[in-house]
Amino acid sequence: MKKGRNYSLNIASSTAISRHRREIAQAVAASVSGCLGNAAYFGLLLFLLAFAADVRAQESPYIVTYDHYLEEPGNLELEYFSTFGTQRAGNDFHAFWIEFEYGATAWWTTEAYFDGQTTFGDSTIFTGFRWENRFRLLQQEHFVNPVLYVEYEQTSGADKILKEVEGHDVESDYAVPNAIARQEHDHELETKLLLSKNFNGWNVAENTIATKNMTGGNPWEFGYAIGASRPLGLKASAQRCNFCPENFIAGVEMYGGLGDRYSFGLHDTSHYLAPVVAWNLPSDWTIRLSPGFGLNDNSHRFLLRWGVSREFSGLGEMISRWFGGGQ
Amino acid sequence: MTLLRDMEMSARKKRLLRVRKLQKSGISLILILGSALAFARSKGEKHEKQENVYAELGKAPKKAVRRSNPLQDDPQAVAAGGKLFGDHCAECHGEMAEGGRKAPSLLADPVQQATPGTLFWLLSNGVVRRGMPDWSKLPEPQRWQLVSYIKSLSPAGTPPDGGTRSPAKNPAKANE
Repeated sequence: MKKGRNYSLNIASSTAISRHRREIAQAVAASVSGCLGNAAYFGLLLFLLAFAADVRAQESPYIVTYDHYLEEPGNLELEYFSTFGTQRAGNDFHAFWIEFEYGATAWWTTEAYFDGQTTFGDSTIFTGFRWENRFRLLQQEHFVNPVLYVEYEQTSGADKILKEVEGHDVESDYAVPNAIARQEHDHELETKLLLSKNFNGWNVAENTIATKNMTGGNPWEFGYAIGASRPLGLKASAQRCNFCPENFIAGVEMYGGLGDRYSFGLHDTSHYLAPVVAWNLPSDWTIRLSPGFGLNDNSHRFLLRWGVSREFSGLGEMISRWFGGGQ
Repeated sequence: MTLLRDMEMSARKKRLLRVRKLQKSGISLILILGSALAFARSKGEKHEKQENVYAELGKAPKKAVRRSNPLQDDPQAVAAGGKLFGDHCAECHGEMAEGGRKAPSLLADPVQQATPGTLFWLLSNGVVRRGMPDWSKLPEPQRWQLVSYIKSLSPAGTPPDGGTRSPAKNPAKANE
């Protein structure tokens, strides 16, 4: 029998823990444990994850750029991303992060990230965490849809996930050995204005970034990310299928730094152009892939990014019931 | 030797401090996420208190109301819409669109009597303050397929086969 693609997504069904889900929770626990050496902090989240029902996601293919769509209320999306980067005058690296994205309301999404990296020939280290919030500013769809993004980051100087590029971030910053780079501790406030629009199946998004490192007297730094994407098929097919064109969304994104408050502009900045593709599988997984190419001498020549994610529904509902909300 | 031991001790202390700092950060993060969840819960309760949840349908602009479904004659539209409904809507509106704790029934008269254009407008814009996301992330043809499916459902109180929706009426199920 084909896997019941949750037409019974009600709460009763969400309490039935599938072996599949338990495997995911175990894999994530192992991964987080490897990063932090202590999985206890995430026990609650993993427990919730194991009990939540799964739901089909329609994820955008962007890895750096954000569109204006937030997480559906009460849903938790668990994501893993990797960035492999080449490094001139240093060792190549593989940076990775785990992301817990929760739809608190239809206009507010909150996310926690935990980052790490391996520099080949050097070491593997945990590099910090981020807490991100996105707020939808207008209730309905408009010609352009704005979303306010506010993030707090506590990372070390060895952070290499390149989640965004800002200020005068250049390739040589990443050549410092981990033992030295990790001694720098950054507390950053990052804000973005996300603008996005859909037309004729296309999505076009533009993000303006302003970041302030609150340690020391660092100036505000600026950056940008733009992206365009479109599903390969606009109509849904009546049958479930892995390779239907509507399951694939392809596009391109470009991102880079714009200097800082004292030296705004393109001087000493790095920029990337990256085709992106997302494959939304009927089995509720989304796979993303993006080869990125540095556009100037300050950029890494090549970045290969990939990620897997899965969305789980019913988390908010379950918490609510625990506190007597469902009675 | 003593100097070495002191250095080792100080390194160990530093490591311990770092771990404690991490623990504190982790706990704060969980507390913050907890508040987010609690907030979401209170929002959920508000939904239940909303009495006239169908009033939003009346807010559709005239131009939107008049739009006709371009997939009206597409024989696959209802089946594809049923599949999309199961993927994105059943979680809140119920497996049979009968309504749930989070969202109202789509079998009710106000929905069934609304024009396809009105339903399309509501799907595209959502009712964000009441917890319904906008579904403009689905391409336009998919939203029309959803409209086709919703319009194919029987009005409340007149189940097509005495209470159980037939596979033909819920084609997504028939495709399983």
